[in-house]
Amino acid sequence: MNILEEIRTKFGNKVNILVKSKKRVYVSVSIDDVKDIVGYLFGILGARMSIATGIDTRTGVELLYHMAFDKHDLVLTVRTMAEKPELKMPTLTDIIPAANWIEREIHEMFGVDFVGHPGLERLLLPDDWQVGEYPFRKKSFDSEKENTEKE
Amino acid sequence: MAKENFIPIGPFHPLLEEPEYFKFYVEGEKVIDADVRIGYNHRGIEKLAESKTYEQDVFLVERICGICSTSHPFAFVQAVEDISGIEIPERAKYIRTIIGELERIHSHLLWVGLAGHFIGYNTVFMWAWKYREPVLDIFEVISGNRNHYGMFKVGGVRRDILEKDIPGLLKTVNEVEKFCSMLTKAVMDDPVIQARTKGIGILKKKDAIDLCVVGPVARASGVDIDIRKDHPYAAYDKVSFEKIVMKDGDVFSKAAVRLLETIESVKIIRQCLKNMPEGVIDADIREVGIGEGIGQHEAPRGEVIHYVRSNGSNYPERHKIRAPSFMNVPSFKKTVIGQTISDAALITAAVDPCYCCTERMAVVDRDTNKVLMTGDDLVRMCQEKTEKIKGAIKG
Repeated sequence: MNILEEIRTKFGNKVNILVKSKKRVYVSVSIDDVKDIVGYLFGILGARMSIATGIDTRTGVELLYHMAFDKHDLVLTVRTMAEKPELKMPTLTDIIPAANWIEREIHEMFGVDFVGHPGLERLLLPDDWQVGEYPFRKKSFDSEKENTEKE
Repeated sequence: MAKENFIPIGPFHPLLEEPEYFKFYVEGEKVIDADVRIGYNHRGIEKLAESKTYEQDVFLVERICGICSTSHPFAFVQAVEDISGIEIPERAKYIRTIIGELERIHSHLLWVGLAGHFIGYNTVFMWAWKYREPVLDIFEVISGNRNHYGMFKVGGVRRDILEKDIPGLLKTVNEVEKFCSMLTKAVMDDPVIQARTKGIGILKKKDAIDLCVVGPVARASGVDIDIRKDHPYAAYDKVSFEKIVMKDGDVFSKAAVRLLETIESVKIIRQCLKNMPEGVIDADIREVGIGEGIGQHEAPRGEVIHYVRSNGSNYPERHKIRAPSFMNVPSFKKTVIGQTISDAALITAAVDPCYCCTERMAVVDRDTNKVLMTGDDLVRMCQEKTEKIKGAIKG
């Protein structure tokens, strides 16, 4: 798989590649390198940004960028973690215009702050939705935290 | 000063079947800027899916969309199968392919009918919808339902196609092909439709790539992506068909791609019905396993992608759904600016937007927007322009 070779040569030990199957590859990177790597995949290697996924965890919000290589029958997922409580993440909209809506969605659903996004406004939630209430966060993590604080 | 004149459309209006709010800034008749606000249909399905079992989720995601109801279960079951590499029986692959393609035909015909109505060609509307009926009849024979077929399950399909039904199905499929070819020729050769849709609402190839649009919208702009060919799944690698790609990116190209695709879909269905192997239809999966999986399907509107993470229980830990309109709707900002307001309706419709898919989540808007022009007015303007062109061509 030459795509993986190219990523290895270019980024060396910044990336941790997990080949799950012939069609599915997961690449873990630190949050500072996401922009370089996703930009490289989109701009140089010609990947298409299929979508991004946010997943709430105890320590932060895990972000997955699903990049599709349509000519190679491969979906490469770039995985990173935005740490709680700041949840800062550099925006990708300046290099991939398609990231605009999904970043707004992840922002309102998980509270991730995409630094540099041109208009981080509400997309799906109503205008009168309570500020600071993130519907896709897992309630169990929040209540755990409250319990520890009480103790 | 120019920005003060705007025409709000929505959130509720008859132009589109679903609630959405468009704001067109105009200078005279020309659209100079546009905004879109979605969210009126948000149902929180991704969150709901986490509290239901994998079996139940198949039915849940089938309710995301009413038109292409199989698209989401198709992608979802593949995502779950991807978690631990479940292989499904050959016969099930063929049955899945048949359902997927039948849905493409009826969805594309539905759109062609609506587009015909917007430009004032109600004959196209009546004919396209009439020819959509036999497709729904086929669905009834196969699944017992005209829509929401409930055919999919993790590991296979829920109902078999009976041998005794196949000759009848092939006969109806042949009729559908005849209708589709006739309709395609009639629409694509019509001078008024050509004058009305060519060169309007162009999405350039570069914008199509930057905005990562999918499906017929991408293929009309010369971006040759089709999940069926590029990431073969189900039985798509065992049938032969053409990937329809146009290069102009205007409304006409989008219509042409959809019309020509219906004929390719008929070919696929016929090959599947003829070559379908004997055997079981279900791999009888008891456990999903731990891990994550991605499932893709080329729905009538483009790529549907589902991401599922499993922690080994019966419930998904995270279920991400991305419908094609989520990527396609933002492209209208590129296509509608610089066009006349009488074309705006048609250009917006050309994307074949599906909002309940895009939002997957019900919220009612409390704001009362003062409506300067209703959707009806826009459809009327759109139709009047066609009449003018018709007059000019005949005269």
